[in-house]
Amino acid sequence: MPPTTEIKSPTIDKVGIHERAARLMSRSIKKDSKMMALKLALNMIDLTTLEGADTIGKVKQLCNKAIHLHGNHPGLPHVAAVCVYPTLVRTAREALKGTEIRVAAVATAFPSGQAPSEVKIADTKFAVGEGAHEVDMVISRGKFLQGEYNFVFDEIAAVKEASGEAHLKVILETGELGTYDQVRKASDIAMHAGADFIKTSTGKISPAATPQVTLVMLEAIRDFYYLTNKVIGMKPAGGIRKAKQAIQYLVMLRETLGETWLTKDYFRFGASSLANDILMQIIKQETGVYQSADYFSFD
Amino acid sequence: MNIDTKSKLNFNTTWSYAPALESQDHIQINKKYGHFIGGKFVAPAKGKYFKTINPATGKAIANIADGDQSDVNKAVRAARQAYQKYWSKTTGAERGKYIYRIARMIQERAREFAVIESLDGGKPIRESKTIDIPLAAAHFFYYAGWADKLEYAFPNRTPEPLGVAGQIIPWNFPLLMAAWKIAPALAAGNTVVLKPAETTPLTALKLAELIQDADLPPGVVNIVTGDGKAGEALVNNSDIDKIAFTGSTEVGKLIQQSVAGTNKKVTLELGGKAANIIFEDAPIDQAVEGIINGIYLNQGHVCCAGSRLFIQESVANIVIQKLKDWMETLIVGDPLDKNTDVGAINSKNQLKIINNYIEIGKNEGAHYYESSCALPDNGGYWCRPSLFTNTSQSSRIVQEEIFGPVLTVQTFRTVEEVIKKANNTPYGLSAGVWTDKGSKIFKMTTGLNAGVIWANTYNKFDPTSPFGGYKESGFGREGGLHGLADYLKFV
Repeated sequence: MPPTTEIKSPTIDKVGIHERAARLMSRSIKKDSKMMALKLALNMIDLTTLEGADTIGKVKQLCNKAIHLHGNHPGLPHVAAVCVYPTLVRTAREALKGTEIRVAAVATAFPSGQAPSEVKIADTKFAVGEGAHEVDMVISRGKFLQGEYNFVFDEIAAVKEASGEAHLKVILETGELGTYDQVRKASDIAMHAGADFIKTSTGKISPAATPQVTLVMLEAIRDFYYLTNKVIGMKPAGGIRKAKQAIQYLVMLRETLGETWLTKDYFRFGASSLANDILMQIIKQETGVYQSADYFSFD
Repeated sequence: MNIDTKSKLNFNTTWSYAPALESQDHIQINKKYGHFIGGKFVAPAKGKYFKTINPATGKAIANIADGDQSDVNKAVRAARQAYQKYWSKTTGAERGKYIYRIARMIQERAREFAVIESLDGGKPIRESKTIDIPLAAAHFFYYAGWADKLEYAFPNRTPEPLGVAGQIIPWNFPLLMAAWKIAPALAAGNTVVLKPAETTPLTALKLAELIQDADLPPGVVNIVTGDGKAGEALVNNSDIDKIAFTGSTEVGKLIQQSVAGTNKKVTLELGGKAANIIFEDAPIDQAVEGIINGIYLNQGHVCCAGSRLFIQESVANIVIQKLKDWMETLIVGDPLDKNTDVGAINSKNQLKIINNYIEIGKNEGAHYYESSCALPDNGGYWCRPSLFTNTSQSSRIVQEEIFGPVLTVQTFRTVEEVIKKANNTPYGLSAGVWTDKGSKIFKMTTGLNAGVIWANTYNKFDPTSPFGGYKESGFGREGGLHGLADYLKFV
């Protein structure tokens, strides 16, 4: 792995990014291609609860929703994962036993990341020890903005090591980084340091995921792929509530990276209310009848 | 960055887009159209018609009047009468009101215009809807505002209209070109005879209907359809005060010859072979997007298309790799499908010209690469987006305007070298520069011999911005105050 002084990130033209994103978002996705996209998006969701008030009860009920998205409706894929705080990983694992749904844990002093590295490593090891399949870490934005890129790199590498078999998603918290140039630089550092996924946000601040910042990160992944032939995943998180938005993200994914990435193995939506909107659209397209939010369970 | 051919991306995905066709239910196209002269639709003098073809299917859409010299003369007489009897006596404010009305009505009928534009010319509905029609309306809005402010526009000078303008427009942006011609002419107080391109008369004729509905005084705008002979008749008509032509350099030269020794004022907007220049410090992905927009937008039927790509040698490999991958995502197909990126080639003839250049390129030793997209199999005129590497300034495909979705690729090392090569052409219409460094942008833009230069973008137009070229790309400007001046004389 090259030291960060050798990682060369290009500059990003904001006007160009916005135009490209706008063009991709204007694609018209209808009929079978819409249904396929809806089901794909559903399968890519990390159903998430990250509240200070989370309890065993809350997490168990969320997991129940993950397993029973909409009663016994046929042909529905399951969500990819459930995402919780480390202290609730055990509960989630227990509740999801026997299913293919993974358990992801946020770690490393989520969401601020303002803690010494030892604490972050310990946080990670605890989550993995409790059974997390995936770890969603946060980078030290403070250190990044101080220009201590080697520190940021080393910390990611250390968390990757502490994660063992678990997949590591690295949250950049793009809303705090300022410019797309910075987002690109952070993406490159994360990938070179060992990230399996790069993720936009904690969902705790605004702006969270946007199509434009996602495009910047997808392009970073593309360049990394050209350079190393490694496939890195991407996860936009926060602010994606509607099926229509999710489909737009998939269009962007398809036309930036192509077939290999169009799977939950390499793309996730960090969302909680998105699932129900997708379910509504699926049922509406199947039956031809508009649905009420009341027909879909809230857990 | 070295490119590993193993790391080619796969855009031939399991999940693809279903057809998303724009509705045609609301449009009205007559079976037959006459000329629009003196405020009425009239049959051609000799009673001859020709068919306008939908290039996406090769099938005829409507019968169009075949204009000849007598039709043109009639139109010019109507324009002269209208000028003398009322238009020259109409105040600027009143002229402005008519032009605003036309602008509003274009907006109201935008969907119909967009669909017909795509049907008649082959361009994707997404472009007709988001670029052509809105810009056409914008030109009328813009010039409407100047109609009563001419003395303010040219302080200390006394502007007067020229009289009757003969205007000949091309097939690549039919309604937009009509707007670029008619709006400033009317604002300046002239009357016009417009000859739309042979392969794309329909939106001009729909504009004629709109002008009728707008109650513009009869004869202020006249439209004579037909082919080259109608255009020639218009240029040679002795009662025309001004000729405005947009089209090929070849025809532009003929027009120059025809008007020599007459009092006719002329403006010409001709061909181009623009250099699109990528520096190593460019935002590369956005630059690649800019290259694609520069050459594949409107199937490359753009006079200012970025058809000569210059890449700084240190980043040539990665840019070409990305271009090739990106081209795979372009959807070539039915112009009325909202997802189509590249529509049909405008005519059988133009397709032949493009394919001929592709042969020339291959025979010259250039390396041809085309996207692997499927083409519709329905009798339409289709061409895959392509590029040529292993070319240089000495290649014919680099020197001559192809007017299709074909990009030539060259490398360069320094600023001085690329300026020299970019200017090494008889054309001088446009250019593009991609770099993150501001000082380099200024250096390039002062050094490049082109009328329109884009930095970190491409193909951006606005009615306030004068458009036109140097050298054999023509002279005169359209848009802005410069465009207005070309329809006035100053006494």
